[in-house]
Amino acid sequence: MAGPTPNPKPAAPGEPPGETVIRVDDLAARFGGRTIFEHVSFEVRRGEVFVILGGSGCGKSTLLKHMIGLYPPAEGSIAILGEPMGGVSGAARTALLTRIGVMWQSGALFGSQTLAENIEVPLEVHTGLPPEARALVAQAKLGLVGLADAAGRLPAEISGGMAKRAGIARAMALDPPILFLDEPSAGLDPITSAGLDALIKQLARDLGTTFVVVTHELQSILAIGDRCIMLDKEAKGMIAEGDPRKLRDESDNPTVRAFFRREVLA
Amino acid sequence: MAATQPAATQPVATMASEADGAGTRLAFAGPLDAGATARLWPEAMRKAKGAQPLTLDLAGVTALDTAGAVLLLRLESLAGEAQFQGLAAGPLQAVLDRTRQALAAPQGAPPPAALPWLGWIGQITVRRGQDMLSQIAFLGEAAVAGLGTLRRPWRLRFAEVLRHLDEAGLRAFGLTVLLGFLIGVILAFQSSIPMRRFGAEIFIPNLVGISLLRELGPLMAAVILSGRTGSAYAAELGTMTVNEEVDALRIMGIDPIAWLVLPRLLAATLVMPILALLMDLAGLIGMGVVMGTLGYPPVGVIAQLQAAVGLNDLAGGLFKAAVFGLSIGLVGCRAGLGAGRGPRAVGDAATSAVVGGIVSIVLLDGVFSILFYRLGW
Repeated sequence: MAGPTPNPKPAAPGEPPGETVIRVDDLAARFGGRTIFEHVSFEVRRGEVFVILGGSGCGKSTLLKHMIGLYPPAEGSIAILGEPMGGVSGAARTALLTRIGVMWQSGALFGSQTLAENIEVPLEVHTGLPPEARALVAQAKLGLVGLADAAGRLPAEISGGMAKRAGIARAMALDPPILFLDEPSAGLDPITSAGLDALIKQLARDLGTTFVVVTHELQSILAIGDRCIMLDKEAKGMIAEGDPRKLRDESDNPTVRAFFRREVLA
Repeated sequence: MAATQPAATQPVATMASEADGAGTRLAFAGPLDAGATARLWPEAMRKAKGAQPLTLDLAGVTALDTAGAVLLLRLESLAGEAQFQGLAAGPLQAVLDRTRQALAAPQGAPPPAALPWLGWIGQITVRRGQDMLSQIAFLGEAAVAGLGTLRRPWRLRFAEVLRHLDEAGLRAFGLTVLLGFLIGVILAFQSSIPMRRFGAEIFIPNLVGISLLRELGPLMAAVILSGRTGSAYAAELGTMTVNEEVDALRIMGIDPIAWLVLPRLLAATLVMPILALLMDLAGLIGMGVVMGTLGYPPVGVIAQLQAAVGLNDLAGGLFKAAVFGLSIGLVGCRAGLGAGRGPRAVGDAATSAVVGGIVSIVLLDGVFSILFYRLGW
């Protein structure tokens, strides 16, 4: 079952940064001798929207899958809420997994279940909520992402953008303190995308939910990102870290500049 | 005042209730999360039912998640009206407000009411009729594509035919030989028990030979092909349909029947007589082994077989096998191309390919039995 969900007051601008909830230390990812990235180290603080950005194929989604424990690190370590991601097993691992939520790039909804049933799955397994309460929580989550009228539909009957939103609703089912979102805005229309950005900011502000967002949507990065890191395919690692707006305006790295200014790299 | 207290020592939510002439008061304290909600839900619902007026005292609540907010809002709707007291403005109030707003969003139309039984039968009949029509249409499309390929054979994708011959045939050889041998052994053993009582063991090759060549060889090979290849066709084409690859072919001006179905049909039709022949030979060898253990030399068994079965038995069986192969290919491809959407559709297509394939070969076998009887074969 998910642990108690506190409602801490997130750090306001100018306040000292919140506690570290994710620590990535000297991480390397290798597949079959091929290095995707190495020497990646950063920290994510409570209540911030942390963006992992970079061009296609630089390893953004791979980094996310390392962070949620799907891939074991070739080198280095990852700690979530103080627990080493690879070092816990059994009930402790299950407890840790109930404290994170993941929205997959494709939605990854269960095809044979309606959207409401998809959201009820983690509630049924990890809480003792009665069916009526589960149904109401699912309804609330779908209402939150604007899908209240699609609760009874199957994933095959909805559009890609709706599947993404339903994926976010399912990731939020247990109100986890950390949410990982893989390309949440990709393929969405500008209005829905802006609504999603507003929802992310609101949840981070009101609940102190920490977001780790993988994206290369510039508008989204600048709208929601408190801090970011940028990965680069050529450098096989991080080439920048900090406030995305400052990186856009002040970075002297040509790749970072080209990324933020939508320029062709010479 | 009654209070629900958990046994655990860690900070968990509690609910205290107070009822008098002025109404019911439920006072919550501690973190009102999913676990607390699950524990408090039944009692809270009982206390709130018909309570007028209902007061929810939330001064002691330290944390609130969506499940907790849902509990409070459900209590409010159950009582008809509720007064929230003591909830400080800030994150907790924000959670409650956001959940209230989300639950107030317009819901989708309720699912259509179940039809009365007559309407239900009518609906099923219409669906079956439409399905049958689309199957006939598929047969027609396949026939047209086949005739078109006969006129322009260079358009057939021979490499694809070879790939399917390898997958449906060569890779099924081991299984076919093993099953054929075992069926021959089993048939010979089972028949030897009653035949021994009449001293008629020498006629076992007659029984096994005719059974295998005319019936069991083609039938068992068809069951193997249906299970291995028919389901694979359905799953492969079903996945392509789900992924809109078939639509992409159509939009490119490529006939999916000629491109995807014909190579598979040809491979299934060509491979089945070979599988049936293998099944026959392996079964006869199995029978020969049993006859050897019963003391009959191979020469005697072969002589008996030559006297009992003729080329027409073998040819009839192999012809049937080819038709079975065509039928299995058609059923598998039709199931795949007719798949709906979503991962379940692929599973449904594979299941209907296997079931439909086996039903079709048994029906065809019955037709062949009558036909061969009329022809005097």
